[in-house]
Amino acid sequence: MSDLLAMIQETRDPNPASLAKVLGRSVDEIEGELQTLKDNGSLLGWVPLVHPSKTDGDQVRAVIEVKISPEREGGFDRLAHRISKFEEVEACHLMSGAYDLLVIVRGKNLHTVASFVSERLATIEGVLSTATHFLLRPYKEHGHLLGKDGDNSEKPAVSA
Amino acid sequence: MNPQEYIAEHVQGLPRSGIRDFFAIVSEMPQAISLGIGEPDFVTPWKIRESSIFALERGKTSYTDNRGLLSLRQEISTYVEKHFGPTYDPRSEVLVTVGVSEAIDIALRALLNPGDKVLYHEPCYVSYAPSISLAFGQAIPVATNPDDSFALDPDAFEQAWEPGCKVLMLNFPTNPTGGTADREKLEKLAKFAVEKDLIVISDEIYAELTYEGEHLSIAALPGMQERTIFLHGFSKAFAMTGFRVGFACGPDWLIDAMMKIHQYCMMCAPILSQEAAIEALRHGSEDVARMREQYAKRRDFVVRRFNEMGLHCHLPRGSFYAFPAVSASTGLDEVEFCHRLLREAEVAVVPGTAFGPHGEGHVRASFSTSYEKLVKATDRMERFVDQVRADGESIPAAG
Repeated sequence: MSDLLAMIQETRDPNPASLAKVLGRSVDEIEGELQTLKDNGSLLGWVPLVHPSKTDGDQVRAVIEVKISPEREGGFDRLAHRISKFEEVEACHLMSGAYDLLVIVRGKNLHTVASFVSERLATIEGVLSTATHFLLRPYKEHGHLLGKDGDNSEKPAVSA
Repeated sequence: MNPQEYIAEHVQGLPRSGIRDFFAIVSEMPQAISLGIGEPDFVTPWKIRESSIFALERGKTSYTDNRGLLSLRQEISTYVEKHFGPTYDPRSEVLVTVGVSEAIDIALRALLNPGDKVLYHEPCYVSYAPSISLAFGQAIPVATNPDDSFALDPDAFEQAWEPGCKVLMLNFPTNPTGGTADREKLEKLAKFAVEKDLIVISDEIYAELTYEGEHLSIAALPGMQERTIFLHGFSKAFAMTGFRVGFACGPDWLIDAMMKIHQYCMMCAPILSQEAAIEALRHGSEDVARMREQYAKRRDFVVRRFNEMGLHCHLPRGSFYAFPAVSASTGLDEVEFCHRLLREAEVAVVPGTAFGPHGEGHVRASFSTSYEKLVKATDRMERFVDQVRADGESIPAAG
């Protein structure tokens, strides 16, 4: 991984001026490398890291185990791509084990997600079965603990 | 009633810590960014914390052997041999202590008769001189040189030696300068220690946080293990300051002498901390490597920024402290610099003289903090330094 990508992931600050200062390089240089990373597909975009239950209102998420039929040419790819294109789908992964695709779906409420699964997902030709699990409470997102950790307000501000 | 009459004279004579004075001021300024913290900003890795919780759940709430849990001493022996070289018998040559601070205290008390002299390099960790005084020894500080990045200087030790010297204290990498000791100089110093029949107390608490070259322990050099007390602990490398657990390794007769004091004044290190320490040694190496990598990047950033603003700063080869020279380029002495920087720019750094008179003209800035804070703090410092110069209170920046 490039120094720039590593620093973006650590500081979570995509501002070229800030990155230039921390890395000791010019802003032009940073902007140029960011563009290159975007052009070659290494850098897909910026995703703000938010607390799901504090920002999503009544939205719900579900993990869906999907079994599908592989195809003679392309295996699982065509169906996986097709499922991934739905706006409701946040993530879609081909899995080893008892089912084929793990699909994470977001919806306004339980009814919306259930409708998506039963009317859109399960009815696709080649989808053999679905098992839906609703996410109840998040504890960690993208490597970030959502509860307090390391909170120590009594840590001395100056020490030997 | 005069309370002072009741305080032992050698305690009355101890100087007040410069850091403590500064802490009192910073405590009143919650908005200030502190680069004055002498501990990792990382929380102890979860697997280590969890092992302590698990031990508590299993009801491990007792004393341990005075020397520490045998399983921990065995892990320490294995770890020290793997990373530092010398082999120590876990049953007789390893003592688990309440941090390295306790180990320094009991080592000095075990060795010194009143008036015995102790050579140590300075600037250094704040407890060295007071610990020598409390053991009724005589401190002989030996300056390390800013032009040599405060590295070990064996010639200076030889010049400082005088009759009555019994102990040589080392701390490489050094708090507060980040100075280190290379093989050639360490070998020369070892030869000197043998010639003068000195016992060496080597505090290597920052060993894992060495960024340039490989750390070498003086205990690993020929003829030195028999006259060296090797001190180490978990606070810095494993981010376990609050656990208060360290250890001493050395010849059985030295460890026995230290044990005599330890068993009466401390009994043993807390068992939950010892359990955490076992986990740290068994499974913490990746966490140490991850933290070291982060510190190295932050070091490069702060040192570059200090030099950009005209505060000459050598590249610390170890520890997590930068030690820039502030007086030469601002005209302010290090104490005034720190007080004004805190009041006017709300950034806390520690005067170099808190670590002994040879820290004059410098400040200690910890880079064990987030990039966000380091960027803000160095920006504020730059504006402050520029303002001091603009006010005509300074002399031109040193070339």
